[in-house]
Amino acid sequence: MRHHHVLHVVAKMVIPLILLFALYVQFHGDFGPGGGFQAGVIFAAGLILYGLVFGVDRLRRTVPPGVVRGLAAAGGLLYAGVGVAGMVLGGAYLDYGVLLPDPMAGQHLGILLIELGVGVTVAAVMTSLFYCFAG
Amino acid sequence: MIASHLPALQVVVPLVAAPVCVLLRWSRVAWMVAMAASLFAVGGAWCLLAGVLSAGPTSYFLGSWAAPWGIEYRVDETNAWVMLVVSVISAVSLLFARRSVEREVETDRIHLFYTAWLLCLAGLLGMAVTADAFNVFVFLEISSLSTYVLVSLGTRREALVAALRYLVLGTVGATFFLIGVGLLYQVTGTLNMGDLATRIAQLGPHRTVTAAFGFLAVGIAVKSAVYPLHTWLPNAYAFAPSAVSAFLAGTATKVSLYLLLRFLFTVFGHEFVAGGPVPVLLALTGVAAVVAASVAAVRQDDAKRLLGFSSVAQIGYLVLGVSLLTTEGVAASLIHLFGHALMKTALFVCLGAIVYRIGSARIDDMAGIAKRMPWTCAALVVGGLSLIGVPLTAGFVGKWYLVAAALEAGWWPVAAAMLLASLIAVAYVWKLVESAYFRAPSARVAAARGAPFSMVAAAWGLSGANIWFGIDTSLPIGVANRAAAALLGG
Repeated sequence: MRHHHVLHVVAKMVIPLILLFALYVQFHGDFGPGGGFQAGVIFAAGLILYGLVFGVDRLRRTVPPGVVRGLAAAGGLLYAGVGVAGMVLGGAYLDYGVLLPDPMAGQHLGILLIELGVGVTVAAVMTSLFYCFAG
Repeated sequence: MIASHLPALQVVVPLVAAPVCVLLRWSRVAWMVAMAASLFAVGGAWCLLAGVLSAGPTSYFLGSWAAPWGIEYRVDETNAWVMLVVSVISAVSLLFARRSVEREVETDRIHLFYTAWLLCLAGLLGMAVTADAFNVFVFLEISSLSTYVLVSLGTRREALVAALRYLVLGTVGATFFLIGVGLLYQVTGTLNMGDLATRIAQLGPHRTVTAAFGFLAVGIAVKSAVYPLHTWLPNAYAFAPSAVSAFLAGTATKVSLYLLLRFLFTVFGHEFVAGGPVPVLLALTGVAAVVAASVAAVRQDDAKRLLGFSSVAQIGYLVLGVSLLTTEGVAASLIHLFGHALMKTALFVCLGAIVYRIGSARIDDMAGIAKRMPWTCAALVVGGLSLIGVPLTAGFVGKWYLVAAALEAGWWPVAAAMLLASLIAVAYVWKLVESAYFRAPSARVAAARGAPFSMVAAAWGLSGANIWFGIDTSLPIGVANRAAAALLGG
């Protein structure tokens, strides 16, 4: 796709918007439709579009497969870590209420971090899948 | 403090250990992490079982959301027992796995292998501990997906086909399960098992509930390889890496059978099940399994495939025990579940050790191997005797109670089928023994040496347990009787 100038220009305009929209879906998921899973897929869609238009090798240089795999694991660890933090602070597993002195604020923080973990893992796994099939 | 969190930690520890393995990337460390998580699970399951036996069932509420709104983990005699079996088998298989996996899996993938192993363990323990029907589905998928990966890592190309076939059938099974859970949710508005039981009892005869039961039963039957839905199993066991065959043979189908018990007796209840055609259907599939799968096992040339068919037959025994719908029958199934996990993992570990040395699981290729690997082959014989059900082995205890329960219920043909299948088992175990002990060794076998110490230790740990629990039967029988009484009592 090296000679498709229109595609290049449009992709360069659209990709930042896609990534921004992913972050919106991620962080607004507490209050509206959305959340980590959808955000992760949208974010990965931005990366995959970059890979399709500019070549998989450039995407691999930008987001190395090793880093992607690490992020997939890190997201899961963030999720589980929040759960364990609830245990350590005297609640049950995944009890967000004890994370902060104010239970309401704790619930907000907990679900935000959990969804962030989901988002990171989903984005990383989607990108990994793309790498697998792109060869 | 840790004690009160044990129900959750059983799942959380392997689930956390899995991504840690991905990040560490070092195969030896990944093995150590997996082993540590498994040993933790063994200790946890033991403490939970001791707690249940002395103080009764305990509940754990995830996120402190009370049931039935939140997800409840509930530990009683039955699932504490199943968790103990699963975690012990995982730990012993890992002891065997270290050397075997170094040989069979590419070095840069070994840490991912143990990641999949840990995810599978987390899924199996989660299926056992949770009291939420949808949560069961989630863990079912976690364990199944990681199992497909583990199977596909086998050295031969057929492993990919076997894994794909398992994936297709397993997904159909999981979908049936999910449809069943969805129908129950639609009728009752709840997913908590205890709550489901109360509401189903209040509903009385209800067509949607019956449909839900059908979907759940078929879904679970696919997952536990109940005859004739077993076709994925022999090839999956035959072509998976040796360590995976050992791990799965002792755990995956056992946890699915636990689900069958849980849904039959806790969720739907004895009256609901006893009124319909379920006992007869289960008994028919059970009899078909013990006879047909045993005959199929005799005709195999590949030792791992032979053991796969033998597993299908043994699952038939477990189903027969359940189909009686009596306390004795269910207790006998739980005893044999434990015995079968011990003997089948022992046999797969021994075969894995032989494959490690001669690179083949064909029965003809292992001719005369007993001269080269005496300890491994002796463990193989003990496991085989237990599989037949010779007295003073764990297999005898399970079969004895199964036959006794069948006779007590007046099901003579079922008891006869079990005894017939045991005779056929003599034939297929003899095939292995005859080849290993009474044939002239080939050139490949003559060059083989004894198995590494860790493998012999794993094999004899399990074979020794087969003898131990054939003589001192107080633990399995005591737990199984109490578990069965609790399941059928309420």
